[in-house]
Amino acid sequence: MSLMLEPNAQQIKDEKLYRTMGLTDEEFDKATAILGRLPNYAETGLFSVMWSEHCSYKNSKPVLRKFPVEGEHVLQGPGEGAGIVDIGDGQAVVFKIESHNHPSAIEPYQGAATGVGGIIRDVFSMGARPVAILNSLRFGELETSRVKYLFEEVVAGIAGYGNCIGIPTVGGEIGFDPSYEGNPLVNAMCVGLIAHEDIQKGQAKGVGNTVMYVGAKTGRDGIHGATFASEELSENSEEKRPAVQVGDPFMEKLLLEACLELIHNDALVGIQDMGAAGLTSSSAEMASKSGSGMELNLDMIPQRETGMTPYEMMLSESQERMLIVVEKGREKEIEDLFAKYDLEAASVGVVTDDKMLRLLHKGEVAAEVPVDALAEDAPVYYKPSAEPQYFRDFQAMEPTTPNVTDYQETLVNLLKQPTIASKEWVYDQYDYQVRTNTVVAPGSDAAVIRLRGTNKALAMTTDCNSRYIYLDPKTGGKIAVAEAARNIVCSGARPLAITDGLNYGSPENPGVFWQLEESADGISEACLALESPVIGGNVSLYNETNGTAIYPTPVIGMVGLIEHTDHITTQSVKQADDLVYVIGDAMNEFGGSELQKMTNGGEIFGQAPAIDLTVEKTRQDAILSAITSGLIQSAHDISEGGFAVALVEKTFGTNLGVNVSLEGETTAVLFAETQSRFVVTVKAENKEAFEAAVQDAKQIGQVTAQPVVSIRVNGEEVVQASVKNLEDAWKGAIPCLLNSEA
Amino acid sequence: MKFAVIVFPGSNCDVDMYHAVKDELGEQVDLVWHDADNLDQYDGILIPGGFSYGDYLRSGAIAHMSVVMNAIKKAAEAGKPVLGVCNGFQILLESGLLPGAMLRNKNLKFICRTVELTVENNKTMFTSAYEKGDKIRVPIAHGEGNYYCDDETLAKLQENNQIVFTYASDVNGSLSDIAGITNEKGNVLGMMPHPERAVDDLLGSADGLKLFQSIVKHWRDSHVVNA
Repeated sequence: MSLMLEPNAQQIKDEKLYRTMGLTDEEFDKATAILGRLPNYAETGLFSVMWSEHCSYKNSKPVLRKFPVEGEHVLQGPGEGAGIVDIGDGQAVVFKIESHNHPSAIEPYQGAATGVGGIIRDVFSMGARPVAILNSLRFGELETSRVKYLFEEVVAGIAGYGNCIGIPTVGGEIGFDPSYEGNPLVNAMCVGLIAHEDIQKGQAKGVGNTVMYVGAKTGRDGIHGATFASEELSENSEEKRPAVQVGDPFMEKLLLEACLELIHNDALVGIQDMGAAGLTSSSAEMASKSGSGMELNLDMIPQRETGMTPYEMMLSESQERMLIVVEKGREKEIEDLFAKYDLEAASVGVVTDDKMLRLLHKGEVAAEVPVDALAEDAPVYYKPSAEPQYFRDFQAMEPTTPNVTDYQETLVNLLKQPTIASKEWVYDQYDYQVRTNTVVAPGSDAAVIRLRGTNKALAMTTDCNSRYIYLDPKTGGKIAVAEAARNIVCSGARPLAITDGLNYGSPENPGVFWQLEESADGISEACLALESPVIGGNVSLYNETNGTAIYPTPVIGMVGLIEHTDHITTQSVKQADDLVYVIGDAMNEFGGSELQKMTNGGEIFGQAPAIDLTVEKTRQDAILSAITSGLIQSAHDISEGGFAVALVEKTFGTNLGVNVSLEGETTAVLFAETQSRFVVTVKAENKEAFEAAVQDAKQIGQVTAQPVVSIRVNGEEVVQASVKNLEDAWKGAIPCLLNSEA
Repeated sequence: MKFAVIVFPGSNCDVDMYHAVKDELGEQVDLVWHDADNLDQYDGILIPGGFSYGDYLRSGAIAHMSVVMNAIKKAAEAGKPVLGVCNGFQILLESGLLPGAMLRNKNLKFICRTVELTVENNKTMFTSAYEKGDKIRVPIAHGEGNYYCDDETLAKLQENNQIVFTYASDVNGSLSDIAGITNEKGNVLGMMPHPERAVDDLLGSADGLKLFQSIVKHWRDSHVVNA
């Protein structure tokens, strides 16, 4: 690569070579106008990565502005590495979600591993100690050898990185649907803790201060990763394998510990991760945010390979690197600090006052571009949006109830659906306990980690039912936030804020852009209603394979605060003779439901379940208040598969059973996915107090000492099964699919 | 009693071990960097889990070349308690302080799970607070915990009662379900399960606490005798 002669500025223009880097003709002209001359090869590269959707949000910006980002406890909203929320006592929680979809589609192990590595760096570059990792994954049906390979390798990649660096992977969600067949989704979320006074920013202040490069050396991996992430996948994507980075979690562990020591050194001025677009984005953004400029001497950049060009160095996405700015004259202190961890800290440049990013290479100026042009002045596009015909057709449909004859067999089959089935095969591979704070491990509604030295704990979850969002993006967007909040509340926490991982198809398609807009509206409404602002996130567009888009999938990562560890609640029933209550009535709502998909050849249609955010908020408040008053033994929300699935899940792993009796249309009572519903258990002695606290709760039965699930509807016994048989079906489904012949 | 928790680049259960000793046991403890050449001031040495040097080459293979290992060998020879957990066990195997080797788990995957162990020998300085045959619940988290040794070594381990913990049922393919062994003298214990993760009921089990309490009791008893 290095031996090839780079084309000159005129050739780039005449042969339209910028197009291969992802710039449009108009964007190239704009860059030319900003510079007042034709950009050279390296400069064209700088513009192309910084103006990619991945770095500039040029297509999604108008939509992102819709989100409510303010809240009483928000210390840092979108814009920095990660958002920050105050949790009292001088502490704050830092979190963000990020996608690594395209790399994972091509090279699943490294794609997923570096996705985890990248989001961890976003959190510790803020000065925070990462304390937990979650993820949200989507694959095609577990039927072909390719999908199984992607699934197994993505899980192995997440495990490989997280386990080694020693941050527990405590939770997540996984869905399977044909729309993700060629374009799996890999979203990773990291949660960190920080003392208020330690909060760092990616800034390059103080003319004359030294710019230092710390961490791994720069190689030729991941060049143009951000551009690759902003294209549709196709048969030719395999050729982009060099754009996928390779992770080294051991290096990142050293970098993590060194950086967390560094933040207590007052020589540090600013710090930023070299993530997407590597050196280019970190240098341009740090300078732009501070109203300064930066001059980098590329000869000083630690390099893994010989003969690297400025273009290659600036666009490399080699992992485990940070750019820092330190007070002039104190470089030695920083070098010594990093040397303790066997890491190199190289002085590579200075902060200037001319607002230019100037790159020196072998004694010449290799590139000179205004920092704001790169970091701030990317074009913003207002893409055409159009309500698609499929949506109008679905809205016009009458609600239909799937035909069910054997309720018990249907329940067992639902438990075997991979989206519902136990994910133990997955989380068995994640070290979810390291750092010894994990109180609620994967498998309950939300993961819970205690805050050592306090009585408090954090609950965290990722959620998104993309089928609802496909059927009705606005309603589905509301449901995604509401369901995340339900999971948080069921674990005894008050929702604090969300981070959103927005995964969609191509914004060039007006129907896809409409999905993005509508779902953002729904998310915003729910965030306001449930008092949980958006503090950051990530946009991943162009999730299409050969022209077919994924279901719109805005993953909601939510964190909540548990005031006292005594309030921590799980979904499992606790003791015989406790009373079982359901909150919320089932309606005939099957659009996008697991039952509809299972009984309709994998296809979904009709209307998504309705949601009333006022009802949602009232019920969530009542349940949280009952939990904190000690009135609830176990709590679980009703989601995929409906009431019956939620009820039997509560018995798994307990040696207890349930005996309940309900009224209504049987199929709907058991399997409808009507929103804002919960199943809880309550000690008999708390009956009156609980019923006063949660007024629309209906007692439907008891927890039994015998491990049998018995469900009667309208007096007729429709389910009578041993917990063991149900649990075996639920636990065995994913290993069974993986072991079967493709 | 004063403990050292040895920290290698890539150790990640060091703070867990530190908190188990300090918060749950109430004893003194320092985190000691891998380049320390003298551990004389410590009464017990704890080698934590993690991925020392990224587990590159082979688990524990690079860490066992560290400066601190000479001091650990000296402490072992002096009869001080030396406990290696998970990666710490692997390092003790690499250094020859304990016999045998680790293979990858038989399912070739990392396994994180709370498992049941059987206390096979309670006549050690690490297990005196347990009863022989006790079933305890302790988490495991490893990719290479499939213990292996030759027949002769196994016979010796059995003969000398060096097998301290076994898995109540097979989890990773370990020979004779071995989960933890001591050296002949009984003052060096290596185990794949994490007792430091089982010291607080809030996190699911406190069955590992007795292991640390045994160490402290042994030290106090021998101190009273010596004094």
